[in-house]
Amino acid sequence: MSDVPILSLVTFLPLIGVLFLLRINGDEATVARNSRWVALWTSGFTFLVSLMLWVNFDATTAEFQFVEQADWMPGLNISYHMGVDGISVLFVLLATFLTPICILSAWEAIQKRVKEYMIAFLVLETMMVGMFSALDGLLFYLFFEGVLIPMFIIIGVWGGQRRVYAAFKLFLYTLLGSVLMLVALLAMYFEAGTTDIPTLMEHGFSYNMQLWLWLAFFASFAVKVPMWPVHTWLPDAHVEAPTAGSVILAGVLLKMGGYGFLRFSLPMMPLASETFAPLVFTLSIVAIIYTSLVALAQQDMKKLIAYSSVAHMGIVTIGAFTFNQHGIEGSIFQMLSHGVVSGALFLCVGVVYDRIHTREIDAYGGLVHRMPSYALIFMFFTMASVGLPGTGGFVGEILALLGAFEANTWVAFFAATGLILGAAYALYLYRRIIFGALTKENLKTILDLSPREWLIFAPLVVIVLWMGVYPVSFLDIMHVSVENLVNQVETAQAAAAHAAQLAAN
Amino acid sequence: MGVSMLNLGAALPEMFMAVSALALLMLGVFAGKDKAFRTVSWLAVAVQVVAIILVMTGEGGTAFFGQFSADAFAKFCKVMILIGSATGIIMAMNFAERENMARFEFPILITLATLGMMAMVSATDMLSLYLGLELQSLALYVVAAIRRDTVRSTESGLKYFILGSIASGILLYGMSMVYGFTGSTNFGVLAEILTAGNLPVGAMVGMAFIFAGLCFKVSAVPFHMWTPDVYEGAPTPVTSFFAVAPKIAGLALFIRVAIGPFGGVVEDWQQIIVLISILSMAVGSFAALRQENIKRLMAYSSIGHVGFALVGLAAGTKDGVTGILVYLGIYLVMNLGTFAVILCMRRNDRMAEEITDLAGLAKTKPLMAAITAILMFSMAGIPPLAGFFGKFYVFKAAVDAGLVTLAVIGLVTSVVSAYYYLRIIKVMYFDEPVEGFDRNGTEMNVIMAVATIVILAFVFFPNLLMDSAAAAAASLFGM
Repeated sequence: MSDVPILSLVTFLPLIGVLFLLRINGDEATVARNSRWVALWTSGFTFLVSLMLWVNFDATTAEFQFVEQADWMPGLNISYHMGVDGISVLFVLLATFLTPICILSAWEAIQKRVKEYMIAFLVLETMMVGMFSALDGLLFYLFFEGVLIPMFIIIGVWGGQRRVYAAFKLFLYTLLGSVLMLVALLAMYFEAGTTDIPTLMEHGFSYNMQLWLWLAFFASFAVKVPMWPVHTWLPDAHVEAPTAGSVILAGVLLKMGGYGFLRFSLPMMPLASETFAPLVFTLSIVAIIYTSLVALAQQDMKKLIAYSSVAHMGIVTIGAFTFNQHGIEGSIFQMLSHGVVSGALFLCVGVVYDRIHTREIDAYGGLVHRMPSYALIFMFFTMASVGLPGTGGFVGEILALLGAFEANTWVAFFAATGLILGAAYALYLYRRIIFGALTKENLKTILDLSPREWLIFAPLVVIVLWMGVYPVSFLDIMHVSVENLVNQVETAQAAAAHAAQLAAN
Repeated sequence: MGVSMLNLGAALPEMFMAVSALALLMLGVFAGKDKAFRTVSWLAVAVQVVAIILVMTGEGGTAFFGQFSADAFAKFCKVMILIGSATGIIMAMNFAERENMARFEFPILITLATLGMMAMVSATDMLSLYLGLELQSLALYVVAAIRRDTVRSTESGLKYFILGSIASGILLYGMSMVYGFTGSTNFGVLAEILTAGNLPVGAMVGMAFIFAGLCFKVSAVPFHMWTPDVYEGAPTPVTSFFAVAPKIAGLALFIRVAIGPFGGVVEDWQQIIVLISILSMAVGSFAALRQENIKRLMAYSSIGHVGFALVGLAAGTKDGVTGILVYLGIYLVMNLGTFAVILCMRRNDRMAEEITDLAGLAKTKPLMAAITAILMFSMAGIPPLAGFFGKFYVFKAAVDAGLVTLAVIGLVTSVVSAYYYLRIIKVMYFDEPVEGFDRNGTEMNVIMAVATIVILAFVFFPNLLMDSAAAAAASLFGM
């Protein structure tokens, strides 16, 4: 493999774009135009570089690859340690893939303070990529928390009516969860003498300690995922965020929680994970059923999709805590497909919002008469969200449910029930917006997708189909790493069970 | 221990400061009073800079028969204090000339106060400690009331004086108790006498009094009442000075007393510090939520920061002290930057002090708004900015010392405090602009820029500060 530090390059390339952006001067129109192009080129180039990860990735090993390590705080045994395995590499790609799309989607929607907007997005990209590649707990925390800064600004400055409330809610909710994770990280550091993630995975904390650590990490990740009942920040944030903000929020930021479970909770606290798995299952099932019902009653398109995200992420958390190959692979796959699909759905909302400037479902109806292409695209992603075979959504759900079935039939039963509700609200939404008579005056002149919008949706459609028709190209990458994770967890759990049996004798 | 040596060389920077202050006083008087304000100010800045060099190059050692120690700890703190003072004088110059308080005594008083602080952080005896503390306090009382023609400033000076004197009295009383029960005022001797299980009740009472007095000086809850009033009433450059140098000196002194003479009886004072720390963090977070005046807000913010720094002291370990020193270093930079911003809040030649005055700054002065936002995120302790690392180090020490509950409470209060820092960002970025501010002074722009760069770059070079702080802490424990 080459000596080029690809991961650091992917992580920090967007910041170089920021430096360029800072140097743009001139009258407002010029600044806006140049900023858009610089941001697009930067993120596009970053995506191309990140493809190197895909190409050079060795799917036959569970080891961390593209590893970089440099002194950072040698006195404390904390280092700049980056690397990816089969679990994280796809998330890095997801982040680099969605960012240029977001920038493209904001091309016309964002007209004020364009330069600042692009800076915020590129900083956000750095934080996201860094978070998925960090192999040191403190470094992870740095990126994990750092995401809040650009997100707060994006929602607060370019958001809707209640943007201030939403921005504060997002920030404070997440921060409160995260500081508990920081305490847990410090406790792990105290116990193991390092925050190096691979070392911590080997460490083997005592059962009692695992319980506390698990709860602290759970506080952070559950807010991020988000799990019921700490999901309430999500609908607010989604509704108020600008379209691209929602896309990144649903597409990547929610996955940080799920990824955290797989990177920290499962391998480092396998026993506690086993103990708390029923809790996770319960909360997830409640989330799936309850938020699906809530989604049915929504009048706001974005809010509906936001609630559907909570439900879909419920599948993710169920899959992760089945501790078997199918469940975890399903969980990861579901995160990836949901990242693309829900992002695309928010983009679909953005398309009509840019034209009519309302997200009220009742304000629409009969769009198929004026916007046939849009109706097609929207239907495609609605179906993917429902989990139609042939789309990415199906593979993740079926794998996760399969895993859940192996672990606990009742969990699988309730989760599957939730999916029926999922179909109900998604199709209900689609019917109300697209079908029916075109009666509203302001809709009679609405225009179909522009070439730029086609350009945005085309890659998303391709990816979703690819994931649905030939999921092996993604599953292969994660397979060995997941297998390793499952072994790790099972070994630890078996050892504990054995020890308990010895003690009982 | 070189107890029986005068060894003046170790106190060279202090002597230089004292002589320079007197010389500047002469210069001011002979040059025709306030006309020399600017000259005297710049010379005072030069004096602080020379003092920094003298401190850094000094060979250290003990002086005045064991009453004074220029160890690595003292050096580290002195450099921070001197940076704070020098910047404080620079920030005051334009303000003073505009607001009719350009008295040449101002920089000299600051210099004398700084001298007092330097003596404090070097003190290894109760008496030298008290001398330094009083020199500092007396100078600061006058500085707070320097605009004696305005009611607010006079009131603030008087409040500070009365409450400060009471605190000094309490402190002195505690020292006398300790002396009475042990027969010594020297830190080294006290440390040998006071060991675990051997703390006479009288000495313990004395210790409690000393801690109470010190808490007042660093404005830790429940001895914080004076802070918001004094901060609000004093002229803004004076406030910015108060928020930085005396805080650092006070905390450094606190560390020295706690770890020095009472280092053997950590268990006996740990609970006091834990309680004070929790109260300070809580009051600093909750009371600040409803403040409208930015100077009062900064007062509560500084109370909260003292609480966070004390978390490190509560650990009572070398790591804890390292943590506080790192925290203070970052606190220094953040506060200087923030007060530079506050000093730039001028509209039509009048100071604007309400938070709402910042509305829409992102439109009228985008760069200044971005800098303020970075400072505020850093104050709230959001990574990857420097403020996070300050918190990280002290809480790490606390968790290492088994104080997990304290760490959890502290971090939760930091979430509460994040709210009011975010509110400032909200006002700047999300609200509609009001009339813009006047042009910034060049010196303010430089200070803001330097502070921002340090805060942004800290994540890449955490060791620069970390290593010297660790060395400083080590010198304290080697005693």
